[in-house]
Amino acid sequence: MSAIEHLPGIDNGLLRFLTCGSVDDGKSTLIGRLLYDTKTILADTLHAIARTSERRGLEAVDLSLITDGLSAEREQGITIDVAYRYFTTGRRKYIIADAPGHEQYTRNMVTAASTANLAIILVDARKGLLTQTRRHSYLAHLVGIPHIVVAINKMDLVDYDQAVFDRIRDEYLEFAATLGIGDVGFIPLSALNGDMIVDRGERLDWYSGPTLLDILEDAPTAHSERDERFRFPVQYVCRPQKSGDPKLHDYRGFMGRVESGEIAVGDEVLVLPSEQRTRIKAIEIYGSSLPRAIAEQSVTLLLDDEVDVSRGDMIVRAQELALVTRRIEAMLCWLGDTALDPQRKYLIRQTTRETKAMIEAIDYRLDINTLQQLPADRLGMNDIARVTFKLAQPLCVDAYGENRSTGAFIVIDESSNCTVGAGMIL
Amino acid sequence: MSTLALQQHATLSHLDWLESESIHILREVAGQCANPALLFSGGKDSLVLLRLAEKAFRPGRFPFPLLNIDTGHNYPEVIDFRDFRACQLNERLIVRSVEDSMRRGTVVLKTPGESRNKHQSVTLLEAIEEFGFDCCIGGARRDEEKARAKERIFSFRDEFGQWDPKNQRPELWDLFNARVHKGENIRAFPISNWTELDVWQYIEREELQLPSIYFAHRREVIRRSGLLQPVTELTPARAGDVVEEITVRFRTVGDITCTAPVESNADTVARIIEETATTTITERGETRLDDQTSEASMEQRKKEGYF
Repeated sequence: MSAIEHLPGIDNGLLRFLTCGSVDDGKSTLIGRLLYDTKTILADTLHAIARTSERRGLEAVDLSLITDGLSAEREQGITIDVAYRYFTTGRRKYIIADAPGHEQYTRNMVTAASTANLAIILVDARKGLLTQTRRHSYLAHLVGIPHIVVAINKMDLVDYDQAVFDRIRDEYLEFAATLGIGDVGFIPLSALNGDMIVDRGERLDWYSGPTLLDILEDAPTAHSERDERFRFPVQYVCRPQKSGDPKLHDYRGFMGRVESGEIAVGDEVLVLPSEQRTRIKAIEIYGSSLPRAIAEQSVTLLLDDEVDVSRGDMIVRAQELALVTRRIEAMLCWLGDTALDPQRKYLIRQTTRETKAMIEAIDYRLDINTLQQLPADRLGMNDIARVTFKLAQPLCVDAYGENRSTGAFIVIDESSNCTVGAGMIL
Repeated sequence: MSTLALQQHATLSHLDWLESESIHILREVAGQCANPALLFSGGKDSLVLLRLAEKAFRPGRFPFPLLNIDTGHNYPEVIDFRDFRACQLNERLIVRSVEDSMRRGTVVLKTPGESRNKHQSVTLLEAIEEFGFDCCIGGARRDEEKARAKERIFSFRDEFGQWDPKNQRPELWDLFNARVHKGENIRAFPISNWTELDVWQYIEREELQLPSIYFAHRREVIRRSGLLQPVTELTPARAGDVVEEITVRFRTVGDITCTAPVESNADTVARIIEETATTTITERGETRLDDQTSEASMEQRKKEGYF
């Protein structure tokens, strides 16, 4: 991590983004190039991959080797799970979720996409849009990634021809419109030669837009454009009355993270699902009092009245209720090895709340290659379906399209304790 | 991008964001696990964890004890600091030692002076069983090593403490799943998303105290295959070795036999940050005598129950 010019002043926040593409789109090379050109790759790592490149008989250092992870994968020569990479430019810190592009790994892409705020979708300039380009785009859209960048890679292999770029862009825009994808940008690049990643290169003069890194530096971070309604799922209740400090005898702090919106001392709030009404007495973190708390801040709230609040409850503003419901309709991605069995009970975890749940209906299964809706009575791994769940306990929810925190849930199989499904509330 | 205009709400700086995420993870451990413990070595990453735990749980006590697996091969400055900090925080510290496992016969050394780093796994698993811990919180980071880049924040270990990379739970959004059956275990890593530089920047911002060996000091060393081997009772000079006294600091602290210092004059956190930001070698590549053996060595140790 060298060449940081403005330390310590990384004040433009943190951006999480996702790269998706198939094996041959040059995704690993692109990530390697980003890390290399931002001087994140240190000498010993570079030395190790240079050695490997040489052993494999390659002429130049293969930057894609940087992102190779576990030895099991190295043997197979493919990436089989989500890996996280880090780099900083001095202005901003980045977390890359590197998702593999294979057909059978929808679940990995959904996992990687769940925390991303921007997706780079790689297209091989020679091949144009493929079925998997469409699939990746649909999944990025489904998981609510607000910004999509279509990176048309390998421009060096089509002679840096603008006509190729234009044709792919037009075709993609037509497809994006059918999905309702609004914010999409296009960039021509050569990850291999480093054109238009960090440096502009010399062969893409006809392109006047930003480089890939410029796009990343300027993209809004998650919390800057989220739902403004205040949502505070209670994680933990702090009652230090046994500490011996008499001042703390009546202390009851409700600990959690502001998932969206903001709150100030004195604001009127409701505790869901009980709908008890009170006001914010204080906002604290580690001994200091704050006048207000903003989205993504972990704080402790103290309330005016002695209301009964426990883990799993949600504190909202009095005028901005979330829906309290025992039935949810959702898009569900099945992640488990074992098929979803509509006869069984599952556990649903949403925010800090858990409840038993049963499938009421599988409305349809979606073929993510054709986007056709098909009837289904079971769901296997990587299937995506619209379902209705009946819940044993109420949940406090928002539509996922409006709030990625309160609209998301996971499904847990109680017999194995595995996470077997990911749901987005409609 | 055209959407830049949308950026209107107040946002957190990258350190504030990381801190908040880590607090959220610690509170999830407290909310979901019946009997967790926090692994505390006295090293910089675990000292950051303690500050995060203070932010997560004060004015209450920590909802977990601190647990240290002592190899018996640690630098005394670090052990002293461990005890000092636990006492200062008024939190319970449990120490279990590899030497006890050796006496029980559960750890068998091939050679008396060998690194006890990998043997920590045995003692850790014994402590987990003794106290019935269902979750151990650790200070590992994904940027440390290749095998860690795919590690979950809540990492599942089976009854044998084994990490199976192919049998990890998908982790979506911030919805962590810490459920285990009896005997199974979760390792939770609240600073997964931090880099070495983030750690140092946080230490500076929070004005955290550290063991003295993190700062530049004079020390006798031998240059061995590109690394500096400190001269200690456990790692004495061999015939023919050239012993030099130079100014060094430690980037990581672990078992004496496998942790190497780096040549440095950085005697303040600010100077360390400057060096970290301009270094050309990874933290483990420069300082861990054990990780160089094979590219896949961390993966192998983790499968055996290593942290």
